[in-house]
Amino acid sequence: MTRRAADEHIAPESHVIPISLYVVIWAALMVGTGLTVFAASVDLGIFNIVVALLIATIKGTLVVLFFMHLRYSTKLTMVTVVAAICFLLIMFSLSMTDYLTRGWSTLH
Amino acid sequence: MDLQVAEHALQHHFADMEQQQETSTFGMWMFLLTEIMFFGGLFCAYLVYRSSYYEAFVEGSQKMNIWLGATNTAVLICSSLTMALGVRAAQTGKKKLMVVLLLITILFGLGFLGIKGVEYHEHWENHEFPGPNFHFQTIDKTPPVDPQHTEIYFSLYWAMTGLHALHMIIGVGLVTWIILGGLAGAYTPAYFTPVEVVGLYWHFVDLVWIYLFPLLYLISKKHGGG
Repeated sequence: MTRRAADEHIAPESHVIPISLYVVIWAALMVGTGLTVFAASVDLGIFNIVVALLIATIKGTLVVLFFMHLRYSTKLTMVTVVAAICFLLIMFSLSMTDYLTRGWSTLH
Repeated sequence: MDLQVAEHALQHHFADMEQQQETSTFGMWMFLLTEIMFFGGLFCAYLVYRSSYYEAFVEGSQKMNIWLGATNTAVLICSSLTMALGVRAAQTGKKKLMVVLLLITILFGLGFLGIKGVEYHEHWENHEFPGPNFHFQTIDKTPPVDPQHTEIYFSLYWAMTGLHALHMIIGVGLVTWIILGGLAGAYTPAYFTPVEVVGLYWHFVDLVWIYLFPLLYLISKKHGGG
């Protein structure tokens, strides 16, 4: 990165998101909340939790990308966030491979 | 004027304002990722016990008031909007607007805590707090649900929502600090990193609730509670 003189470059090149986009994201989040409550009132069996988590993840992604400006952040930040989420999922998976498979042994 | 402020705000170990802001924002993200791991432990405990005692979790979740929970979700989403617009106001140099939007954000935050308090009070009165006073009348079922397993659900409910509420209280404190700075004229379009960073924190707390709400309130289609 080249060093820039202060008079050349005063303000950070932060991206100003239009107000309309913020309002659209807000509306999507509100609709998502209604959808979650509605989806929970329908009996989908095991898919209830799948639908609930899917909607939550879509809502969460919108919050992270736009409200938290990740979409306009540096690549370093993006990679770090994705890596952390992968790590979280790895830890969940490893824990569950233990708890869900207890009693599977045929040795006793 | 802006140039003077920028020079004043630029710390000597950064090349320019852009690098300084990127570094601060990245640092905040790193902190929030450790927070995700912190909450992740509780989410994992939830996952383990929910898969082991699903029926007990269904019975426990039916004591939740889903309308208060849904209202609180909406309140938090609205607070995130006003927060995002507040950061934008700081970014575009609208100092008064920023203060007003952040005050509204605080009001939403306090509203959330108030509604949560009403729910907590209800659960406390109904002996739904884990410990010696815990009492849970199981619904007739074969096989019957062990009240101790429902107690695990309530332990996780109080721990997860309690930790979340603590983050909300800290968030209200941080936004108050930003408002005081804003009133003193500390932020300009060239330097508003604290506003941006506190905004990240606020949205993160909203993000956690987005998962807590369906996982704790909406486990089964049989809505009781309310």
